[in-house]
Amino acid sequence: MKISDFFLYLLVMAGVTYLVRAVPFILIRQKIKSRFLNSFLYYIPYTVLAAMTFPAIFFCTDSVVAAAIGAGVALILSYFGQSLLVVAAASAAAIYFAGFIF
Amino acid sequence: MSQKERKHITREMKEFSDGCRDGLPIGLGYFPVSFAFGILAAEAGLSWWQGTIISLFNLTSAGQFAGLTIMAAGGTLLEMAISQFVINLRYSLMSITLSQKVDDSVRGIKRYLFPYSVTDEIFGVASARRRSFAGNPSASVSSTGDVSYSYWRGLRILPVAGWTLGTLTGALLGSILPQDLMNAMSSMLYAMFIAIIIPVAKKNRPVLIAIILAVILSCGFTFLPRAVPALAKLSISSGMAVIICAVVASLVAAALFPIREEADSPAASAVADAAGAASTADVGRGEGRS
Repeated sequence: MKISDFFLYLLVMAGVTYLVRAVPFILIRQKIKSRFLNSFLYYIPYTVLAAMTFPAIFFCTDSVVAAAIGAGVALILSYFGQSLLVVAAASAAAIYFAGFIF
Repeated sequence: MSQKERKHITREMKEFSDGCRDGLPIGLGYFPVSFAFGILAAEAGLSWWQGTIISLFNLTSAGQFAGLTIMAAGGTLLEMAISQFVINLRYSLMSITLSQKVDDSVRGIKRYLFPYSVTDEIFGVASARRRSFAGNPSASVSSTGDVSYSYWRGLRILPVAGWTLGTLTGALLGSILPQDLMNAMSSMLYAMFIAIIIPVAKKNRPVLIAIILAVILSCGFTFLPRAVPALAKLSISSGMAVIICAVVASLVAAALFPIREEADSPAASAVADAAGAASTADVGRGEGRS
């Protein structure tokens, strides 16, 4: 690939990605008044993260069982209010070591 | 320096360091994913610096993997634009949500610099942030939202570093890390999402129901095409599937359980619900503010 082609691809790729992120953010300056819209936006973070996590987490490594153990560890620790870092590290460790067994 | 200025700087530094702390697991989780991207970029014939600047300027996983495929295949620029638009459209949804959560420190040029680092993980952590102003009235004078620019800058610095350096290392060193270690590290991102949503779902039944609905839909998008070949032909991208699941589940939840009106923003009314719900960003905070 020519260097100039590479930079054209990069420009389009990064440009579109930036605009997708930036246009709504820059345009919406007012606080949204609609109760329905506010309710909708209130639920969005949780539904986005839930849809991205399940069922994808079960296929993040070769063994579905090991992944499920990692997911279980994350669910239990976060239920008891552990911090992001603790939950993430414990779950990754569980998946890694469970991978030796399953 | 006046006492007021000193107070302001201390607060900014606290915001920044809060952000760094919350960003650390994201940076660690990003490393192996972008390491894999670096390997693929090198295999596709890009040099180490090309893969690295793709990561620096795009800061997105699925979009970059798709973009790399198009580059390697010599696809058109239109194809590139459409693929990035469709795969990354979910960021628009996140940006709209964040536009309601930022405080007035995000203005001027910062408004244009802010959205560069909207990613699934950074968005997730930032939207879980609840600033508590209890016992510190001076802090609330100029700030209404939960996300300040200083916090956002602190939050993104380690993920951007992890993402960019991961690609660089992957492109240069290739497969030196064992695959199962990389898999386990990248699973940290999912564990983090769980740590964000579960504490709120535990205290807030409507959120729990919205989450369950989104998961059911998401499982449908994953498993139904495997069972029904006709659906597989639609080939809905994973980015689009996330949008559909999240929008449908949130619409249903908003219709069934509208949030209370008295607050002027969803974030503010959520504070009441989440006061004890120790949203992840809250853990270990609060003591320092009194």
